[in-house]
Amino acid sequence: MSIKAPRGLLIYAIIYLLFLYAPILLLPLFAFNSSSIIALPLSGFTIHWFALLLETEALHEALYNSLLIAFTTAIVSTILGIFAARAAARYEFPGKRGIVGFIMVPLVLPEIIIGVALIVVLIQLGMPLSAWTVIIGHVLICTPFSIAILQSAFNNMDRSLEEASMDLGENKVSTFFRVILPLVTPGIISSLLISFTISLDEFIIAFFLTGTDTTLPVYIWSQLRFPARLPAIMALGFIMVLLSLILLLSAEYFRRRANRIAGNPQSSKESIF
Amino acid sequence: MSTLISTSKGPGKPAGVKRFLPTMPPGGWSGLILISPPFFYSILMLAAPLLLVFLLSLWTQNYLDLDRTFTLANYREAVSEKLYQILMIRSLAISGVVTLVTVVLAYPIAYFVAFHGGKRKSMWLLLITIPFWTSYLIRVFLWKVILGYNGVVNGSLMGLGIIEEPLTFILYNANAVVITLAHAWAPFAILPIFVSLSKIDKSLLEAARDLGDSAVRRFLRVTLPLSMPGVIAATLIVFIPTIGDYVTPRLLGGTNGLMIGNMIQIQFGKANNAPLGSALAVSAMIIVASLSIAFVLLNRRYLRTKG
Repeated sequence: MSIKAPRGLLIYAIIYLLFLYAPILLLPLFAFNSSSIIALPLSGFTIHWFALLLETEALHEALYNSLLIAFTTAIVSTILGIFAARAAARYEFPGKRGIVGFIMVPLVLPEIIIGVALIVVLIQLGMPLSAWTVIIGHVLICTPFSIAILQSAFNNMDRSLEEASMDLGENKVSTFFRVILPLVTPGIISSLLISFTISLDEFIIAFFLTGTDTTLPVYIWSQLRFPARLPAIMALGFIMVLLSLILLLSAEYFRRRANRIAGNPQSSKESIF
Repeated sequence: MSTLISTSKGPGKPAGVKRFLPTMPPGGWSGLILISPPFFYSILMLAAPLLLVFLLSLWTQNYLDLDRTFTLANYREAVSEKLYQILMIRSLAISGVVTLVTVVLAYPIAYFVAFHGGKRKSMWLLLITIPFWTSYLIRVFLWKVILGYNGVVNGSLMGLGIIEEPLTFILYNANAVVITLAHAWAPFAILPIFVSLSKIDKSLLEAARDLGDSAVRRFLRVTLPLSMPGVIAATLIVFIPTIGDYVTPRLLGGTNGLMIGNMIQIQFGKANNAPLGSALAVSAMIIVASLSIAFVLLNRRYLRTKG
C-alpha cells in the first residue's frame, strides 16, 4: 500500500518534523557560538565551551556516576527482561497477564511517584542515598523497555530450532545457552543500549535518589540556574546528542538483525522496538 | 487462564488436591519460575514502596519525628487547602490540554507513516524517535531559548517586521508548558496510533469505497473508529505521566504554570513534610487513575476485540 500521499499531508509531516527537530538544530548553533549569552543573533565561532568541559571536575565526576549507573542498570534490567520476556513468549501460566502487566506498570506511572515511593522506603530503612539507590529506580523503569524489545526477539524466534536441539539430546539449560541465547543476542544488545540510554538521560528519579553521587542530568539541572554556565551546557548537550544518536542507531541495527536472524524480515518494519 | 476445577490429566496428584489447584498448563511451572525474578523485583521495589507511601500519607510529621497514629489529616489538608486545589486543577487542565494537542497533532503523522510511508516506514519512525533521545533537560531548556523574550521566535518575528514588541504569552506560563510537553511526548502518541492504523484491514477501506463512501466519510466511519485503540493508548500514555512532571513547569511555567508535581517535590524536599507529600501523591494518583478508568470505560465500544 503506497498510494501517493496527498500534498497537504506531506507538507504537514515535514512541518511536524521541523517542530520535533527545532530544539536539537539550535544546539550546535549555541554550542559553537562565542557569546556567553544564549540568544540570537549569533556572534562568532568558538570551541572554547568544549575546552571548558574538559576542565570542569564536577562534570567528570557526574559523568563517571552516570556511566556507572547506566551500565549497571542496562545489565540488570536486561537480565530481568530476559527472564520475563522468555516466560511471556514461551510459556502459559496462571496469572500471566496480571504478572506481566504489573511488571510493565512503570511505563505508565509518573516518574515522580516512583521517585517518591523509593525515597520513602530508603529513608525508613535508613539506607543512605547513593548511585546504588538511583540504579534501583532506573532498573524499575528500564525493565519494561527491555521486556518489550526482548519479547519480540523471543517471539520471532523459530521454535523448531529449539525443538531440534532438544531432539538432538541437549537439555533445557544447554539449549538455552547454545541455541536460544545466540538467536536473541541482537535483541539483548538492543535492550542493553536502550536501557543504557534511558538511564543516562533520566532526571526525575535520579534527582530524588541521588544523594551526593550527582548524575549528569542532575549536574545539568544545577547548572541551568547560572546563565554564565549555559554555553558549556550547550556544548555538553551537543556531545550527548551525538553519543545517543550513535547508541540509538546501533540499537536499531541490532534490533533489525535480531528479526532477520530469526527469519522474520517483515516484523523489523512494523515496530520501532 | 486459571480455573479452579482441573481438567488436565497430570499424573501423580490425588484428585482431591487437584481440584483446588488452578489448572497448570504444560510448562506452567517453568513459566512461573522464569517470571519470578522480575516479578519479585517489582513487588519489592514498586508494590511495597507504594504501599508504604500510602501508610506514610496516614501518618503525620512532627518536626524530625513521625507520628504513627493513623489520621486522615493530610488528606483533609490536601483536599481543602486552596493552593493544593489550584495546583491539582491546573495540573489536570494542563495535562488534559497537552494530551489533546499531542494526540491531535500526532494522528496525521501516524496516518501518513502508516498509509503513505511505503517502504520507508521504519525510517520515518526512526526520524520521529531520534529527537526524543536527546537530554530531556536540555530540550526543555532549548524551548525556553526558542520561546523567550529575546528568543528565536520573537527574534525572527521582529526581524521580519511581523511584530513590534516581543510576544509575552509564550513564556513563563501554561502555554509554554503545553508546547514543550507536546513536543516531549510526541513519539509516545505517534507510535500507538501508528500501530493500530497499521493493523487495519485494507479490504474494509476498499469495501467502504466500493459502497460509495467519500474519503471523509470513509475516514470517519471506518479508519477513525478502527484506530481508536491506538488513540486511547496514546491518550493514557501521555496524560498519566505528564501530571507528575515538575521539570517543564519549573523551567518554563513561571509562577502560574507550576503543577502538583512541583508541590510534591517541595514537600519531600524543602518543606520536609513527607506525609503531606505522600498524601498529595496518593490523591493525584487516585484522581488520575479514576479519570483514566472513566476514559477507557467511555470508549469501551472501540476496545472490543474482534474475533
